[in-house]
Amino acid sequence: MNLIDWIRQPWPWYVAGPLIGLVIPLLLIIGNKTFGISSSLRHICAACIPAGISYFKYDWKREAWNLFLVCGIFLGGIIAATLLQNPDPVQVNPKLAEELAGYGINDFSNLVPLQLFNWENLLSLKGLLFTVGGGFLVGFGTRYAGGCTSGHSIMGLSNLQLPSLIATICFMVGGFIMTNLILPILLKL
Amino acid sequence: MSTQENHKKFLTENTDFEMRSLDAVCFNESELSHPWWYNFKYLFVGVLFGILLVKAEIVSWFRIQEMFKFQSFHMYGVIGSAVVVGVISVWLIKKFKIKTIYGEPIEFVKKDFNKGQIYGGLLFGLGWAVTGACPGPLFAQIGTGASVVAVTLLSAIAGTWAYGRLREKLPH
Repeated sequence: MNLIDWIRQPWPWYVAGPLIGLVIPLLLIIGNKTFGISSSLRHICAACIPAGISYFKYDWKREAWNLFLVCGIFLGGIIAATLLQNPDPVQVNPKLAEELAGYGINDFSNLVPLQLFNWENLLSLKGLLFTVGGGFLVGFGTRYAGGCTSGHSIMGLSNLQLPSLIATICFMVGGFIMTNLILPILLKL
Repeated sequence: MSTQENHKKFLTENTDFEMRSLDAVCFNESELSHPWWYNFKYLFVGVLFGILLVKAEIVSWFRIQEMFKFQSFHMYGVIGSAVVVGVISVWLIKKFKIKTIYGEPIEFVKKDFNKGQIYGGLLFGLGWAVTGACPGPLFAQIGTGASVVAVTLLSAIAGTWAYGRLREKLPH
């Protein structure tokens, strides 16, 4: 198996995790930057729609590095999905696959279930809840919590910050509640 | 005035960043100013990170569901090993007082606890499980061709804006 074929396979956690961990010292060393992605959403608000709100009145241009970072993530997504694409369907735990099939989700060709997230569905109640509702919770919640999985769970925990541990536990609790208690209802819609 | 003194002045007198304790990641630690194109190095880091997010399937809605149903170790392994490497890196940087490539001392932000981490954390957790994405993966998912996720991203920006608008009224 050559290198490119190897890269195209899904990467195991013990390769991906340590590489993500190394982003922390990399950003610190190349520019004293603290790893965190959700603040990019705040900078976009500050740049485009500040509306006189004090929370958005700051010099967002000083934070432009964060916007370059997320543009890079977008480009990285394109590269991974084209040049480095995995030809096989996504491996899903058989139990999950069986449960999802009960809700009519049986297309595992993409990392995002296209049967849930697509333009035709967007204006249905289900589509609105998953796409618009979910996105709103992500943007509102991360800023309320002062960080996301990268800012709190990776960077904050790496710096042994107790508030980040509390935030991470709450992320997980919220996720457990949604996946196990609320999603079964939403998926039936 | 030394860079460090300058930095302290910036932190204490810059009222724009009064919410620093609430939002520790939103901060430019560097006092040096560089031409804008220096930011391209972060674009490059972003590209590598984006590839990583997709290839490790961290952007996968299915992987997130497996995590919250305890059906797969994958995400726990990713986050856990990332934190272990991060803790060791931060410890090494502090221990050996490693400087940036521009010779600046590396500074760490201490986060203060506030109730927002609980309320906001729970709300984000709900959104994470619905969309299968935290903010980074949203950008990567759009890159992989799931174009409708652009609506999710716009909605996340709206959510951030709504938080900024309501911030004074929310319990912290």
